[in-house]
Amino acid sequence: MTISSTEPTVAALREALSARIASGMRFAGVFAARRDGSLTLSAHVAVAGEIETLEAGLPPGAGSYPALTPEIDAAFWYERVIHDETGLIPQGHPRIAPLIAPGSPAEHALHRHVTGYGMFTIPHGPVRSGVLESMEYLVETPGEAIPHLNMRIFYKHRGIASRFTDASVSDGVLLAERTEGIASVAHTLAYCHAVEAIVDCEIPQEAALLRVVHAELERIANHLDVAMRLADAAGLAVATARFALHKERVMRLVSELCGNRFGRGVVVPGGVSAFPRKSPEWILAEIGPIQKQISVDAEALMGTSSFLDRLRGTGPLTCDRAREHGALGPIGKASGYTDDARLARPYDAYPQLNVEPVGQHSGGDAMTRLRVRFDEAARAFRFIRMALAELPERERLTPRMPCSPLDGRATGWAEAPQGEVLYDLTIDGGRIAHCQPRSASFHNLVLMHEVFAGDILTDFPFIEASFGLSVAGAAL
Amino acid sequence: MSIWVLRGLRNGIVTTRWPKRPDEYADSWRGPVTVVPSPAASANSGGGTTRAHVALGLADVEAVCPTGAIEISDKPHVDTLTVDQGRCILCGRCVAARPDLFAWSRGATGPGAAALARQALVVPEHPETDEAIAAARVELAARTAALRRSVHIRHVDAGSDGSEEWEIQALLGPVYDVHRLGVFFTASPRHADVLMVTGAGTAGMTGPLRTTYDGMPDPKVVIAVGTDAISGGLLSSRFNGVAGVVPVDVWVPGSPPSPFAILNALLIATRRLVTGARR
Repeated sequence: MTISSTEPTVAALREALSARIASGMRFAGVFAARRDGSLTLSAHVAVAGEIETLEAGLPPGAGSYPALTPEIDAAFWYERVIHDETGLIPQGHPRIAPLIAPGSPAEHALHRHVTGYGMFTIPHGPVRSGVLESMEYLVETPGEAIPHLNMRIFYKHRGIASRFTDASVSDGVLLAERTEGIASVAHTLAYCHAVEAIVDCEIPQEAALLRVVHAELERIANHLDVAMRLADAAGLAVATARFALHKERVMRLVSELCGNRFGRGVVVPGGVSAFPRKSPEWILAEIGPIQKQISVDAEALMGTSSFLDRLRGTGPLTCDRAREHGALGPIGKASGYTDDARLARPYDAYPQLNVEPVGQHSGGDAMTRLRVRFDEAARAFRFIRMALAELPERERLTPRMPCSPLDGRATGWAEAPQGEVLYDLTIDGGRIAHCQPRSASFHNLVLMHEVFAGDILTDFPFIEASFGLSVAGAAL
Repeated sequence: MSIWVLRGLRNGIVTTRWPKRPDEYADSWRGPVTVVPSPAASANSGGGTTRAHVALGLADVEAVCPTGAIEISDKPHVDTLTVDQGRCILCGRCVAARPDLFAWSRGATGPGAAALARQALVVPEHPETDEAIAAARVELAARTAALRRSVHIRHVDAGSDGSEEWEIQALLGPVYDVHRLGVFFTASPRHADVLMVTGAGTAGMTGPLRTTYDGMPDPKVVIAVGTDAISGGLLSSRFNGVAGVVPVDVWVPGSPPSPFAILNALLIATRRLVTGARR
C-alpha cells in the first residue's frame, strides 16, 4: 500500500515534497532512520487512496542537511525530533531546540517571543494540577492574556519507536497498543495494516467488521472523555458526571467484549484474535440506551449558554492554517479541513459501510471541535450498528487468516480518535527491523502554539481539552 | 440550570456500593496471570507446589512472556514456576499457550490484587515473603493511622502510555466516586497524603517526581499504579519503574489496572481494608 520513491539528495527530496504539497497532497511526517548503514530521511505524503513515502539518503558522515521546514512548515517538530535522535542539523530550521531530548539548561534558555512591560513566563508542569499526563507549558503572559506559549514534551519521552527494533512481529502489536494507550485499537490497526500489506494478507470479512466495531467504540470513549474534561473545566458538575458515566459504560462494554477496557488484545495481524464474548444482539441492546443518553446530554450541554460562552471563539485555528498544516482529526475538521482516513484511504470494513461524513464545520474554535466530536460519536454508533448488521450469517466464521511475516516495508494507517495514525514498518528476517509510529497527537500538538488569539489563562484548560491529544502519543 | 438537575437524576444511583457490598464487575475482573496450582502438591514445600520441569516441558515457557514475567527456577523444594505479576501486561500469551499452567487471576479487589512488598507480586508466593509483608503492614499501619477518614491524593505521571490516567480519573466519576469514601485529589503536594505514580519512570520525570515526593509532608504513602510503574513493563530494558525514585508502599499490577484495583490499593494503603493473611 506504499508507493516509495527515492530521491538522490535531500534537496531533491524537498523539491519533490513541495511539488506534491503544491498539487494538493498532505505532508504527513518526516523521519530519519539508519537503513543499510547510512542515515535516510523518509517523508510521507497523503493522497487519496495512498500514503506515499519519499526517501533520500544522506552522504556518509553528513552532519547536516537542508531543512524542510522553511518550505514545509508542518515539518517543524519533525525536524527537531530528527535532530534529537540523530544529531543531524537541519540547516535553516528556525528553532533547533530539543523537543524529545531533555537538553542542557542553555539549550532551554527561555527564548522570549513576546516582550514588553510586565511580561513573565509561567512554567506549568510537568506535574500538572489534576490527573493529567506530564507535560510542561511555558506560558508567556502579562498577567491574564496569553500572547504565546511554548511546550516541552520531553519529560514523557520513552523511546518507544526504537523499542520496536528487533522485536517479533507479534510483540510489535503489544508495543503498538502502548504507544498511545488511549488509542490502542487505532494504533494496532495501523500497525497490522502495515504487516498485512507486507505479507499481502487479506483479512476475513467478519474480522474487518469487528475491527470497525472496536475502533468506533474507542472513538466514542475518547470523545466522551473530551466532553467530560470540557464540562469539568466549566465547573458543570452534573454534566461532568454524566459524561464520565457514559464513558465508563462504554469502557465496561468493551471489557465485556474482549476482557480489556481499552480494546487491547483484539486486533492482530490477519484479523482479530477472537470473536466478541457477547452476541451482536447483546451489543445492540447495550449501546441503544447509552447512545440515547449521550445524545440527550450532548444536546443539553450544547444548549447550556454558560458553557458555550467559555468555548465560543476560544482557541481558534484558522481554516488556512489547518489546511496548510494538514491538521488531523477533529481539530482539522472543526477548521474546515478533512482528510479522514476512513473515507480517503478506507481500510477494514469501512469501504462497504456507508455512513455519511460529518458535515462541514468551519468555526475552528473549541465549541466547533466539541460539535465535531459529538457528530463523530453519533456516526460511530451508526458504524457499529451497520457493522454488526453486516456480520455474515454463515456457520464457520474465521477470526484471522494466517499472516506469517515476510520481509518488506509498508506504511499502515488508521483513523484514531485524535486523527490519522501512521506506522512505517520494515520487516527483515522475520523480525521488525524498523518501525516508526506517527500519532495524530504529535502532528497536531504543535498547533497549540497558534490557537491563543486573545485568550486568557482561564481559557487554557478549554483549549487543551478541546484538542483532546495524548502526550504519550506526542512524546513517544 | 434546572435541566442539569433533572439529567443528574436520570439514572438513579449508579455508584458502586463497594467496599461495603460486593461488586460484580470488580469480582469478575480478569487480573494479572497466576500459576495454576499443581494437583500433586509436595509436602516438603510448605503449601507451595513443586514440579519436575523437564516432565512438564517447561523449556520454552519462559520465552512466551514478552516482559520476562515467567521464571523457572532450578532450586529444589522451591516453586519451580513463578509469575512476576509486577511484569505481567496481561497479554494472555501464556494462558493461551499453557492453560494447564497459567490462568487469569479473578477479582480486582481484595488482598490478592495489590501488594505491600514487591516480592509479594511473584506468585505463587514464597513463605519468606510473608515476613516482609507483615513488617511492611505494621510499618504502613503506624504511618497511616491518621488517614482513615480523609485522604488527599497527588497523582504524578512518570511516563505512562496515557491509559492509567483514564483509570485514575474514573475514580472521580459517579460510578466509583471516591469522594463518598473521603478521598480527594489535590494539586498541591503539600496537601497530599498519598502519591499515586503511573508510568515506567522516564528520565525526564525523575526529578519532578522526586521533587513532588519531597514536597509532601509526613505521613505519606506511595502507590505504584500499573505494571509500567512497578517494573517498566515492555520497556523494562530501559526503565525500571518508579521504585528507584520514590519508596513505594503499595504495588498495583495491571496494564492498566482497573479503577477498582486502584481503589482497592488506595484503601489498603490507608488501612481501610483488612489485608488478609496471604499478603
